[in-house]
Amino acid sequence: MSTGPAARGPAAPVLQVRGLTVAFGAGRRRPAVPVVRGVDLVLRRGEVLGLVGESGAGKSLTALSLLGLAPPGAQVGGSVRLLGEEVLGRPERELAALRGSRIAMVFQDPLHAFTPVLRVGDQIAEALRIHERPRPRRETALRRAVELLDFVGVPQPSRAARALPHQLSGGMLQRAMIAMAVANRPAVLVADEPTSALDVTVQAQVLEALAAARRETGAALLLVTHDLGVVAGAADRVAVLYAGRVVETGPAEGVLCRPRMPYTLGLVGSVPRLDTRTPPTPVPGTAPAPGTIGPGCPFAARCPLAEPECRAAEPPLTGVDSLSRAGTSAPDAHTAACRRIPEVRRWSAADLFGRPPADTPELDVTGTEPPAHPSTTPGAAPAGPWQRATGAFAHAGSPNTAGGTAEGTVPGAGSVGEVVLSVSGLGRSYRLPGFRQRRAPVVRAVEYVDLEVRRGQTLALVGESGAGKSTTLREIASLAAPQAGRVEVLGQDTALLSRRAARELRTAVQLVPQDPASSLDPRMPVGDIVAEPLHAARVPPAVVAARVPRLLTQVGLRPVDADGYPHEFSGGQRQRVAIARALAVGPALLLLDEPVSALDVSVQAGILDLLLRLKRALGPAYLLVSHDLAVVRQLADRVSVMYAGRTVETGGVAEVFGRPRHPYTRALLSAVPLPDPVAERSRRRIVLPAGPGPGPRAVSGCAFRARCPVQALLPAAERRRCAEETPRARSAGEAAGHTVSCHFPHR
Amino acid sequence: MSVLIARRLARCVVLFLVSLVLSYALASTALDPRAYFEDRRPPPPTRVVDAELARLGMDDRAPLPVRFAHWADGAVHGDLGRTIDGESVRAEFGRRIGVSVRLLLVGTLAGTAVGTLAGVWSAVRRGGFGDRALAGFSFAVLCVPTFVLALLLKTGALAVNRAAGTGVVKYTGEHTPGLQGDWSVHLRDTAAHLALPALCVALAAIALYSRYQRAATLDVLGADHLRTARAKGLTPGRALLRHGLRISLVPMTVFFSFGVLTLVTGAVFTERVFGWPGMGSWLIDSVEKGDVNSVVAVNGFAAAVVLLAGLVADVLHALLDPRVRQP
Repeated sequence: MSTGPAARGPAAPVLQVRGLTVAFGAGRRRPAVPVVRGVDLVLRRGEVLGLVGESGAGKSLTALSLLGLAPPGAQVGGSVRLLGEEVLGRPERELAALRGSRIAMVFQDPLHAFTPVLRVGDQIAEALRIHERPRPRRETALRRAVELLDFVGVPQPSRAARALPHQLSGGMLQRAMIAMAVANRPAVLVADEPTSALDVTVQAQVLEALAAARRETGAALLLVTHDLGVVAGAADRVAVLYAGRVVETGPAEGVLCRPRMPYTLGLVGSVPRLDTRTPPTPVPGTAPAPGTIGPGCPFAARCPLAEPECRAAEPPLTGVDSLSRAGTSAPDAHTAACRRIPEVRRWSAADLFGRPPADTPELDVTGTEPPAHPSTTPGAAPAGPWQRATGAFAHAGSPNTAGGTAEGTVPGAGSVGEVVLSVSGLGRSYRLPGFRQRRAPVVRAVEYVDLEVRRGQTLALVGESGAGKSTTLREIASLAAPQAGRVEVLGQDTALLSRRAARELRTAVQLVPQDPASSLDPRMPVGDIVAEPLHAARVPPAVVAARVPRLLTQVGLRPVDADGYPHEFSGGQRQRVAIARALAVGPALLLLDEPVSALDVSVQAGILDLLLRLKRALGPAYLLVSHDLAVVRQLADRVSVMYAGRTVETGGVAEVFGRPRHPYTRALLSAVPLPDPVAERSRRRIVLPAGPGPGPRAVSGCAFRARCPVQALLPAAERRRCAEETPRARSAGEAAGHTVSCHFPHR
Repeated sequence: MSVLIARRLARCVVLFLVSLVLSYALASTALDPRAYFEDRRPPPPTRVVDAELARLGMDDRAPLPVRFAHWADGAVHGDLGRTIDGESVRAEFGRRIGVSVRLLLVGTLAGTAVGTLAGVWSAVRRGGFGDRALAGFSFAVLCVPTFVLALLLKTGALAVNRAAGTGVVKYTGEHTPGLQGDWSVHLRDTAAHLALPALCVALAAIALYSRYQRAATLDVLGADHLRTARAKGLTPGRALLRHGLRISLVPMTVFFSFGVLTLVTGAVFTERVFGWPGMGSWLIDSVEKGDVNSVVAVNGFAAAVVLLAGLVADVLHALLDPRVRQP
């Protein structure tokens, strides 16, 4: 295929990457460590290519290298041709002229990607003034910047242009970033995780803005993301990156619905789904670290189908369908780097990665994912280690829940188990710092929250960021008198606790924090970390010494891991340590604050599985905070939807997700992308207008009314009710315990 | 903005008054003006000494609050008391302040500007020869006490002059006594005398600020927004200049307000070594003589300089970072 400028037809590649390599840290004695190891990509005019993979696969590095923005010290090799011209190896000045005009980038975290001390409009105008000749006047460029902001759907664009980055919300900033990227109508747009820091409702808006910008400018898009749902909705083709190489590529539907490389199969299977309650299948083990990749297939160590030949040589990308085998170089061909493509077709993720049968004995809580010990080199892991460990662990009893509760949980039914946590009318407000005390604006983080969690039950709190989920969790964990309302733990009102009673009750409520990397003391061995709550509860040392190895086994680690330090473990293993620490004192209630959001999907599935098994075996109640509704669907029995510090809908997961009544719940659910291209593209989204910024909220009426699609269609008389009367929780119909706080709920 | 300045200014005034009280109390208790008179040969009678001390307001038999009240009463009316030799402190203050301010202002401004640029340059070339050489220089200067540095510079100037055969570099006094000519001759003469002492003050500032600025710039170099600026099409140099420098200067404002304190202390020795009749040499003379009123005056000057530097730093911070003004 000719790649000269003359070949620019509708199907001509605007970007062609061949054998891209990026290596780091070549010293005098050490060889360079390759991170990206020969990536081939083709991007044609107007096309969207999804580049997916887990952290460390080399996605972002690949994206940055296309613009010549690889971090200092990186050695980039191979070939990147942009509009037929080679980019790699060109001097910085020529690259700078290409960046922003021919190829532009949308970065991940918009708050940090904008210069904090310059106005947003000026930063967009600068992009125009850099490239356009004759250079537009400052005022002209600024006016165009406002038009661009308007085009990407930023409300009040001229005000947003005058704002500093911190004065805008994440979604607005990300749209401003898109406006800046398309300002000069580039041929190629590279978006690196454009929505991963955003709420789902905002994510939908940003993806819409990205699609509109692309339609308008005709730019091809390289969409780098770990979120298969985003890819399923937006990408024409997909390339799956693993250990620095493309292991499978082809049309989105082919790759995501009929994966032929076992890793892709595992990746797709490990994504929790919102539309069904099929437990996601974890992929055992972790990706090999750069520099430890042997001669063979990098996935062989984790692959149940691996043969000795797989470890001998890395398989090339091969055509999957007999039809396209002839022309595997065509960009549309579905190809996979696997020696056993015909066999993979016969497997589902659940069968291949050895999901244990559903009738697992209740007390067997040994993880399905035996940890690859930190010192174990990935190449040396035995094949099929995830087949259920023998040597069953049968001491799941813990001090407070002796013997474990045998009763199963009936999702949604409000009749089982004693009440572990009861919250009514909880309120919490803060004064903003930096003001004189009396003049400080009050932020009401939590207005009015009612919750009830019973033993053996999981209640999930969902809602956008700023809805008050984490504040609610913190108020409960503090075991102190709340500012407003009542919190009862195991029937005891926390406002009336003596110090002594509070200390005793503290063992009943334990927290699993979001980011295990920062919540574990890096200088403390894992064994001590797990033992610490026991020491705090004054458990005799001999008992502690006996219990720590048991706890570690319980969460799928090995007793010898007690001597390791947190940094020696992978993210998933660290989260297991955090769970073991929380379980140590046998709590009746476990507060899970975004327990899997910092983890890759293939690891996330393992933690979800562990949490489900632990609940079955030990019977604590879970209070789960998560922004990921698919995770909630898999883990929770009941769900409580929060908006602006209030509970707006509560009920069993099946009822709330199946028949949402509150307009906000409906919008929230409709915004979640499905990792299935067919289902995703036929799905109807309710796109909400942007939420209110931080600051004081409306005092009376329904807090959601400004964004409510239902309210907008009501006659004026009924609309007044939304503005004046704060809706109270009321029963939402047939299902017991399904309540909704809306004057005009969906039927 | 003006509210911010007004609020900071009010705080500065309070701190200034507190520092005056404290330095008066410290000077009055630590210094012994009586010894200055008693050490005269022949020793004057005790009665005469008492009378002289009482006239100066330094009589150690009177209680400290009474002495302070007396001094403060005068100070409010613009009378800063008498030096131990009976001169007016205010007149002496007026003569010397210009000398010190000139040295400090030129030295600090030159040192801050050069130090900041050197720090940025050093960060951009991190690990290179220039970076390491600057680091070596900075640590050497920071290790050497100011008076040793001043003496070294003076020795160097002597060697240069000897080699050149004429007085190319001036290293004593702040002007040539008895010089005839119009204002331009005087200006050139003053500048020539200023060069070496100002360099001495500036070197310390360069050493200090280049280290701070280097670290601040390194922080910014790794920032996401600088990458965005490059992705827009700015070359690395322009991106750093337009999107990085301003942010890296924000923490520098704080260091600046602290650094001025060090510089004031250093200038005391610099003035002494180069024979400048400024505040610093006055302080040393006064401490030797036990001259309470003069020491308080010099301390007041130092306090004012440090507080003003803090105020300037706050204003600069607010100018550099609009987030301070628009939360």
